[in-house]
Amino acid sequence: MPLLARSTPKKPAPKPALTLVRAEPVLAIVDRNVEARLAGTMLAALPEGALWIERGRALVVADLHLEKSSSFARGGQMLPPYDTRATLARLAALIDEHEPDIVVSLGDAFHDGGGPARMGEEDREALQALLARADWVWVEGNHEGKAAETLGGVARASLKLGTLDLRHEPTGATNEIAGHLHPCAKVFGRGLSVRRRCFAYDGERMVLPAFGALTGGLNLRDRAFAPVFPNGAFALALGKNGVLPIAPERLLAD
Amino acid sequence: MDAGDPPSLPPRFAGWFAQRGWTPRAHQVALVERARAGLSTLLIAPTGAGKTLAGFLPSLIELAPLAEQGARRPHKLHTLYVSPLKALATDVARNLETPVREMGLGARIESRTGDTPPSKRQRQRAYPPDILLTTPEQLCLLIASEHARVFFEDLQAVVIDEIHALAPTKRGDLLALALARLRTWAPEHRRVGLSATVADEEGLAKWLVGLGPSPQRGEGREGGRAGGTASGATAVPSVRPLPLPPPPGAGVILRAPPGAPPIIDVLDSNALIPWAGHTARHAIPEVYDAINRARLALVFVNTRAQAEMTFQELWRVNDENLPIALHHGSLDVAQRRKVEAAMARGDLRAVVCTSTLDLGIDWGDVDLVIQVGAPKGCARLVQRIGRANHRLDEPSRALLAPSNRFEVLECRAAQEAVGEGALDGADARVGGLDCLAQHIMGCACGEPFDADELYAEVISAAPYAALTRAQFGRTLDLVATGGYALRAYDRYRRIVQDLATGRWRPRNPGVAQQHRMNVGAIVESEMLDVRLAVRPLDRRRLAGGDAGGPRTMLPGRRLGQIEEYFIEGLTPGDSFLFAGEVLRLIAVQNTDALVVRARGEQNPSIPSYAGGKFPLSSFLAERVRRLLHEPKRQKQLPSQVRDWIKQQKRRSLVPAPDQMLVETFPRAEKNYLVCYPFEGRLAHQTLGMLITRRLERAGLKPLGFLASEYAVAVWGLEPMGGADFAALFDEDMLGDDLETWLNESTLMKATFAKCAVISGMIERKRPGAERKTGRQVSFSTDLIYDVLKQYQPDHILMQAAFADAGEGYLDLKRLGVLLARIKGAIVHRDLDHVSPFAAPVMLEMGRVPIQGAAEEAILEDAANLIAEAMG
Repeated sequence: MPLLARSTPKKPAPKPALTLVRAEPVLAIVDRNVEARLAGTMLAALPEGALWIERGRALVVADLHLEKSSSFARGGQMLPPYDTRATLARLAALIDEHEPDIVVSLGDAFHDGGGPARMGEEDREALQALLARADWVWVEGNHEGKAAETLGGVARASLKLGTLDLRHEPTGATNEIAGHLHPCAKVFGRGLSVRRRCFAYDGERMVLPAFGALTGGLNLRDRAFAPVFPNGAFALALGKNGVLPIAPERLLAD
Repeated sequence: MDAGDPPSLPPRFAGWFAQRGWTPRAHQVALVERARAGLSTLLIAPTGAGKTLAGFLPSLIELAPLAEQGARRPHKLHTLYVSPLKALATDVARNLETPVREMGLGARIESRTGDTPPSKRQRQRAYPPDILLTTPEQLCLLIASEHARVFFEDLQAVVIDEIHALAPTKRGDLLALALARLRTWAPEHRRVGLSATVADEEGLAKWLVGLGPSPQRGEGREGGRAGGTASGATAVPSVRPLPLPPPPGAGVILRAPPGAPPIIDVLDSNALIPWAGHTARHAIPEVYDAINRARLALVFVNTRAQAEMTFQELWRVNDENLPIALHHGSLDVAQRRKVEAAMARGDLRAVVCTSTLDLGIDWGDVDLVIQVGAPKGCARLVQRIGRANHRLDEPSRALLAPSNRFEVLECRAAQEAVGEGALDGADARVGGLDCLAQHIMGCACGEPFDADELYAEVISAAPYAALTRAQFGRTLDLVATGGYALRAYDRYRRIVQDLATGRWRPRNPGVAQQHRMNVGAIVESEMLDVRLAVRPLDRRRLAGGDAGGPRTMLPGRRLGQIEEYFIEGLTPGDSFLFAGEVLRLIAVQNTDALVVRARGEQNPSIPSYAGGKFPLSSFLAERVRRLLHEPKRQKQLPSQVRDWIKQQKRRSLVPAPDQMLVETFPRAEKNYLVCYPFEGRLAHQTLGMLITRRLERAGLKPLGFLASEYAVAVWGLEPMGGADFAALFDEDMLGDDLETWLNESTLMKATFAKCAVISGMIERKRPGAERKTGRQVSFSTDLIYDVLKQYQPDHILMQAAFADAGEGYLDLKRLGVLLARIKGAIVHRDLDHVSPFAAPVMLEMGRVPIQGAAEEAILEDAANLIAEAMG
């Protein structure tokens, strides 16, 4: 892949039709995961949509949006009230598999500040059982703030993990791992298009996919990603059989 | 007619007819007499027989003495007219003005559609007109508005136009439920259904009048109230001389004498008839000649893609510069209106159109209907032919132009069927639970209801006759709390029960307002605006350089709308046919597809959007099977086609009408299995999906399949000649195999999404919700489906989606009939190479996206490049 082909910066950046990554990021497909290097630290993107950081044995998930359905039900749209347990069950399976020392929720753990109070008894107990199994950090999100802290764990505006900066909203800084944007990759082939959640990664920063069962996605080609990944990003798409790295030029806009 | 004992028409009306030099037609008079007796009527009359006037005549007669009371008389709704098209509603309102003015009737006639300004709608609710012309959606809205009963309780008559087009749809479900509601509020009203083409007359009559306690039976109970409706003004005919209670459906049908039988020709092309394809390109010069000989021709095609292509090809041979126009649903409304006006003025010689011109208004003096490509069903063909020549005594003329060899057979079969007056019709519809949910919410918004009373009312609507009380209860729960086993939302109920009366009402006015914003059963697919790109010239000069470069284009004039998924398949630079022009895609910006005209471009990638693609009707399919087997009837076929059938007989076999032929043969290192059920594309797709799974299990390694209207072809690595065909095509495939496949199919998700919207689980519109540019949806219905499938797979909306998928997209009913039919009647031929019948199917391959291409495979393809690059 050519490096730095035409990257003379222009001021009112037009929506790039074909973006080139500045440097080819280091990616390795290891079993079902894709391993990537950021600030000298190896990260493993898991097909379940979580990030595993071996150094520190940290499991990172973003945008759980627990109690999203009940938030909508209050407004009159009766979405299935099973999203919290669906999300927690997937999280529990990951914790069983990886036995992390620390779990980091990268913000928007609840869909709104009232979420923890609305939780059903069964779901609350399930979450508290998980909280007991690792150190737990709630990075604060724009949806819920510190609300999750009432259930256990600690809430932090951001978190430094070795050389990495973990926060909810991406700033575009290097060595940053964030959530908030819910990246989604769209590709076309065989007469059909497929849209799938993905990690967005350009070698210098990463945005995690939303983990919540009912959280929608934002296309990686949307302009909201431009300030974060000025030169485009690889999509590490969540395939059923493993994470699939897709080059920026294969990605379609909505 | 003029010698009838009690004068059929009041003098004023008889005089009006005479003045115009008309004689009232027998069915028009009959409707007046039936209305006098309080009877409902399904009027089946050919186009041009004065159907609409017949429907309104009784109302006008009843209103005449009322109207004499002058402008200060009370405002009471007398007649409600419902049409599937809003344009038709406004047009009929306009047409009624003439007799009303000429007879000096002074009746108040108004239309109400989505285009009616809110101020007028508000005024209409406070001061109803005598006759209101509207659409099913507006009727649902009226029912869901406050004090709806007051608005409707004086109602005397409901007229439903093009009733055959509404009844078998979800819009029809909502309308049937709305009519049941009106029956409760105005038990006396009579109904009139109007249609030109009806196959199942009894079924439609039942749909029209409903099944419940008939109004006549109800009269005794509520006799006092009923008298009050139009009391002071019923001096002349509208007093009801105690009507006889008719059994539902029966005695409701009134058939006008048919017009002159149409003259239908099948184009016997001199050109080589193609083996496959749907363009009919070979026949264009002959179609053009036919247009040239006619005054105004309607050229019907089945898809918008075909419309674009046919239009383009006609202009390519249009040496005489005949004014030929294009009309289809994706074109900008203004553009369509322009074409309609030009038709009406007589400025055009031909219009290439899709089903957008099937129904409704007559725009011009059409004297020839050309059907390019097979008609797919007789009823549709008859409807389309009816667009030509609206004079009863003269035959309509039609020309069928088949686009391939199988379609020649289909056209011939259709020609015969229309000649015999035989029609194909869909089975009566079972009402959707999603529509019922919407209706229940609407009822609560209009007037608090008692659950048992509403249930009794609902099952009086024909589509819901078989609804159980338990199903109704679950649907009510769906409306109230989402219908979940986990009782999480009891405190957020949308409707609540009044403690004193036990009646259900909305929890608060906001909830009711929300509902009213989301009424209707039409769920649009995502559309993009097609706009001409304009270069911001001035700005460029000012910037004094290449600021932004050539890519900075601004959206200009809107040409129409196109499905998002079609544009997804293009990359900037690709060209396609749209609005009769070759366009080149420049970019997609937000909800706009920016294009420029690609002048001189010869071979655009033709739009393949599927709008209006009908499957072959089972009625017609059966006739094609019979035609194939009877050499005597094949004499009229073009010699090329006869020869093709002969070759098939020699090289393989021509099956008997009750048999199904299965051929297996090798070709180019692959092995093929082709079967010929002739059951239409939808049923074939389902069949293909299911037998592929079975072949997979049998270790025969199928790679893919293709379904056409006539056949299913499966290919794989192993020869399939040795398979147990009786087992392969056994009916049990509709059990577990179907369910496993459906559970992972995107089709179910798409169907579920529609049900979720119609039922009100998800709202299309919210007050103050702006259209987000990046279209970041707040939640995805796919995800909702996944969660629900995992935690409550028997949820009522899952059941509704399954029923819809089976009905609309899988054609399960037809597949079931097919599998039963071919039991013990499968004939197999193991061949050395492809047969004459198989060739067209093989030629279709590569043109259509292969069904069943898995999402994972597409993603993996996209990822492969990297994997390869990284070695």
